This record gives sequence, structure tokens and C-alpha cells, in this order.
Amino acid sequence: MLEKLVKRSQVSSPWLVHFNSGACNACDIEVVDTLTPRFDLERFGVLLKATPRHADILVCTGPVTRQTKDRLIRIYRQMPAPRFVVAVGSCACTGGVFHGCYCVYGGVDAVIPVDAYIPGCPARPDAIIDGVVKLLAKLRGDAPPCAAKNSREAI
Amino acid sequence: MTKYNLPVGPQHPALKEPASFWFKVEGEVIVDVDIRLGYNHRGIEKACESRNYIQCLYLLERICGICSHAHTTAFAQGVEEILGLEIPARAKYIRVIIAELERIHSHLLWLGVAGHEIGFDTLFMYAWRDRETVLDILELISGNRVNYAMNTIGGVRRDIDQAKREQILGMLDPLAERVKFYTDLVTSEPTCLARLENVAPVPADKAVALGTVGPTARASGIKVDVRRDDPYAAYAEIPFEVITSERGDLLGRAIVRLGEIGESVKIIKYALQNLPEGPLTVKAPRKVAAGEAVSRVEAPRGEDIHYVRADGSDHPERVKVRAPTLANLFAVGESMKGAYVADIPIVIASIDPCFSCTDRMIELVQSRTGTSSVMTWEELREYGIRWYGHGHRS
Repeated sequence: MLEKLVKRSQVSSPWLVHFNSGACNACDIEVVDTLTPRFDLERFGVLLKATPRHADILVCTGPVTRQTKDRLIRIYRQMPAPRFVVAVGSCACTGGVFHGCYCVYGGVDAVIPVDAYIPGCPARPDAIIDGVVKLLAKLRGDAPPCAAKNSREAI
Repeated sequence: MTKYNLPVGPQHPALKEPASFWFKVEGEVIVDVDIRLGYNHRGIEKACESRNYIQCLYLLERICGICSHAHTTAFAQGVEEILGLEIPARAKYIRVIIAELERIHSHLLWLGVAGHEIGFDTLFMYAWRDRETVLDILELISGNRVNYAMNTIGGVRRDIDQAKREQILGMLDPLAERVKFYTDLVTSEPTCLARLENVAPVPADKAVALGTVGPTARASGIKVDVRRDDPYAAYAEIPFEVITSERGDLLGRAIVRLGEIGESVKIIKYALQNLPEGPLTVKAPRKVAAGEAVSRVEAPRGEDIHYVRADGSDHPERVKVRAPTLANLFAVGESMKGAYVADIPIVIASIDPCFSCTDRMIELVQSRTGTSSVMTWEELREYGIRWYGHGHRS
């Protein structure tokens, strides 16, 4: 009963928290851009929240650097379950252009499980909206679950 | 009065130099600031040493997604200087057009962020809506909204043809109108004046002593601008004004940035109307003979310096970058002394370090009892707005 309610509220009004794990700023401004009048992600009920404790979806940009790794894990743990992670941009997906740098672990999935990948350098706001909407469809059960679903409890 | 330690950060992951600020506060007044740098280091300079010159361009473009063109221009100029290449006049003009479009987009972005930090979200939405015009122009020219990849060693990669030129000129006029509206708004709206006027001023002598660059220095009345002092690309041939303000406070920085948008629109118009004919690139050799060069570029936030040393192979021996925020951070630290806790978000945002919307933790530690409370950046912002809303300092 309660699970159904949680799922319904998550699908109709998902709250995001944005975390930059070492990005160059480009994906970050595109994430903020989705909230501004041209793209207006809020029409899907999406709200950007300041703290991970209020959030359903963690939007991650950038490769994971040595300094941010622990912080990223901490933020992920602070989020209430069920929680979802969206990796925005090529760097967050695979490490991108920074792959192999001595201070970079790689993509976000090197540290925490990821539910949706949005590639692009930077990912366009249209692509970010498409990715979030697809994730919502997945939550609703319209699409087959991805491999990361079961590994969510890994951390 | 009890002194508190107020750490802001340590993570400020938006820039190449993420910073942590440790404030010592007495009541509401900040008495001392300690700045710590070095978080979120990706190792770009080291990575450059194992990539060839063309690959380096794409890597350096991603130092910062906002002044990406400034970084590649600085690097390409450095390499061209070692090679002794003179790039075609048309490429120089296109570099200027992209650099000025980038400046407009960066300054409008800053205006929006500043509006958000002082609790004026309407300004945030307005500024970012108008910023889309600039991103459309950049997409029209380069095919991407951010990270344009326009520069290459020896010129630029894409042309601006006649049809595009007319389309861009048509898009610039409405933008110039909007900028006039913002200038009136910022200098007359009581919300802006209350939060910006006479807050954290940096007098001219201090601005010089602390080594500020770009709009931060120009807002203190110092006429420094690499575009005028050491012209690169086509800036020597293009007439423009260096905007300064004698105020030194946050309002001065807003006036300078808005004035610069107006100048940038004029520069782009002039460059488009006087675009010389000719090729886009000259052929550059893959291997660069031994040598070194320092190249300076006026990025939207100030002077960006690149040092390149070549050893005769196809990859650089050393690349060193000094981005403008590093130079401006110390002025922020100094001007903070005597300011109020409620001013922290806007004073830090005033040098445009892109502290936009990431969650940061602030820990309030009472030094005598050792108790601590944790605040996020967003909570601090709301605290600042509430504090001014209750009529303090009026």
C-alpha cells in the first residue's frame, strides 16, 4: 500500500538532486537550463531540490575524481530508497575525455549503480528531458527494467 | 562575542579550481577568511602530455564548459607562436565572434545566477531565457550549444556564410534591447540595490595588490583588458570600449558585466560586417619544433594564461593553465572581511565562479562549545534572503 503510494508520487512528481562529481560545468549549465523557460522540466512535475534527503533521483554530471568519490557515495546513501541515478554527459557515463587521468576513477557507475545514461558532450537539454521521461516510464513499469535495478541495494 | 568557524565548501566543483572558504564570524560579521584550493582536480595538465596537439585542444576545451573557447584559443595561439604560424584573417575574425558570443552567454548566465542568489528568481528565468538566443547562434555556427570545438591549430574549423551572417545580425538586435532593460533593472530595482550597493567593496589599490583580473578588476576602476593591452586574434582592428566602474562593489561588477554585453554585441556586429574573405586555416605540421610560449586571452572572467612547451614531438612536453578565477578568489577573501554572513552567496558569486546549483555543505561550529550544525548552500541562500527581508542593515 505504502509502496504503491511512494511509487505513484515518485512517478508523478520526481524530485531531483544535482551533484557535480568533477564535471567541466557544461553539463551542469545544461541541467539547470532544463529548468528555465525554454525547456521547463517542471511541467513533468520535476523539482530540483537542494538536499539529497528530499530527492528521488540523483542527477550526476562529470567523471568521478578521487576527491569526490567518498562524497558521491555519502550523498547516494543519504537519499531515501527507492532511489535512482541518472548519469548526464559522456564523462558521467564512461569517464569520457578524462578516461585514464590519474585523478579520475571513470564514469559514475564505477562508484554507484546507475539507472539511466544520457550521453552527449554536453548532453543537450532535450536529451536530458528525454532521459528523465524514459526513466519515469521505466518506474511506471512501461519499459523493461535495466540491469542496474537489482544492484541498487549493493551500496 | 563568541567566534564561529563557518566552513563553506570544501567542494565547489563547478570550476577548474574548486574552492573551500573557511569563515571566522563574530555574530553576523565575517572577521577572517581562509581559502583552500585543489579539490576536484582531474589532472588535465598531465593528461595533455600524453596526447597530441589536436587531442589536447579537445581536452583543454573541457577545462571549463563556459569559457571553453577562451582555453582553446589560448592553447592554439601558444602552439601557433612556437610554430611561427600566422593564421588567416578570416579565422581571426571568426575566433573573435565566437569569443564574444561566449562572453555574452557567460555574463547572462552570471546575471541569472546572481539574481538567484539574492532571491530574485524572476531575473534568473529572464536572463536564462535570453541566453538561449546566444546558444542558438552558437549552435547555428558550430553545431553544438556548449563546447563549440571551433579552434584548431592554424585557424578555425567552420565558416560563417552570408545566410548565417544575416540570420545572426537579426538575432542580435533584440538581445541588445534586453540588455538595456537589464541594465535599467539592476541599477534601479530596490531588491538589487539593497543586496548589491556598497556590499563587499574592493578599492582600486587593493584590487591591484590582490591581482584581480577581468570584470572584477574593471569594476574597481582598473582599466585592464588583454583585448586592448595585448591584442590577439583580430582585436587590434576592431573598435571597442573597455567598460569600467569606479564603484568597486557588487553593483559595479554587475554594471561592468552588463556594459560588456553591449560592447560584445557591437564587436560581433562589426566583425560580421567586416568579415574578410579567404581561407579558414593554414596547414600546421603535426610535430612541433622545440620551443615555449605564453599566451594570454581575455576570457569572460578575466585573463586566462596558457604556457606551452614543445620538445619536437607530436605532443606537448608541458602545458600550464592559469584560469582567471584563481586570480580573483583572493579579492573575494579580502572583500569578505566586514561583510555579513547573509552576503556570502552573492559575494562569492560576484566574481562569477559558477557556484550555481550544486549542493554544498556548510558546517557551523561553535568554537567554545564545539557544537556544530550543518547548513547547505541553499539553506544559507534562504537565510540571507530572510535576513535582509527582516530589514537588517536598513
